Amino acid sequence: MLLFDLLSWGFILAGGFFTIVGAFGLIRMPDIYTRLHASGVLDPFGVTLILIGFMFQAGLTLVTVKLVFIVILLLFTSPVACHALARAALHHGIRPRLTDGSETPSKP
Amino acid sequence: MRHVSLILALAAFWLLLSGFFKPFLLLAGLGSVLAVTWFTDRRMKVLDFEGHPVHLSVNALTYWPWLLWEIVKAGWDVTKIILHPRLPISPCMIRVPTSQATDVGRVIYANSITLTPGTISVELESGSILVHALTQAGADGLATGDMDRRSTAFEAAR
Repeated sequence: MLLFDLLSWGFILAGGFFTIVGAFGLIRMPDIYTRLHASGVLDPFGVTLILIGFMFQAGLTLVTVKLVFIVILLLFTSPVACHALARAALHHGIRPRLTDGSETPSKP
Repeated sequence: MRHVSLILALAAFWLLLSGFFKPFLLLAGLGSVLAVTWFTDRRMKVLDFEGHPVHLSVNALTYWPWLLWEIVKAGWDVTKIILHPRLPISPCMIRVPTSQATDVGRVIYANSITLTPGTISVELESGSILVHALTQAGADGLATGDMDRRSTAFEAAR
């Protein structure tokens, strides 16, 4: 199926693009919180797109079902890991760099 | 009710992962499903509205697609910021109020905030969530309370 191949490659390339952008942001951003925005959030987004591309390669088989399970697992666990990192950083007293005029967080 | 839905979900999970329909493997699956159900209910005591929130499944059909579209939109915004030569970020911390009644609802809201690129929920407090936003615009979008209202409606399913 040429159409499925094209769709599959489109999703895989888009996913690769967003993953690379996430890595690029990880290097460019100034502190841990802004870096989390780049890596912790764009990466699962890119990986999900790559896995959707794999689903088009697998077609209507049990492999696709397993890929769906992986996507669901990823979408439930990655925000928890991201939140845990940000919370640990704040509790250890790492102050985020903020632009002027916004509230500085009080340590909980 | 929750027992039946957990048994059905686990059985479907077993069959889809194995893909074999030999008598021995089916029996092993049945044993595993019953053992896990007994264990979650009697020993761990987590087979309740928090551990197995099956009553949310109907509302998930409308909430998840909406959330996915929000993720795509915000992901594209963050991508443009990262690739912008001057890196136009304006990081800020805001407290957004939560209107959910249960812990499940608050976790859904906090996870939705983190899943949306550009905002991370840093700390859950009573009645509010401390959020780190990559840009002022992202913080303003969250402060409108649209996601709060939608996740409260999602949680309120019966």
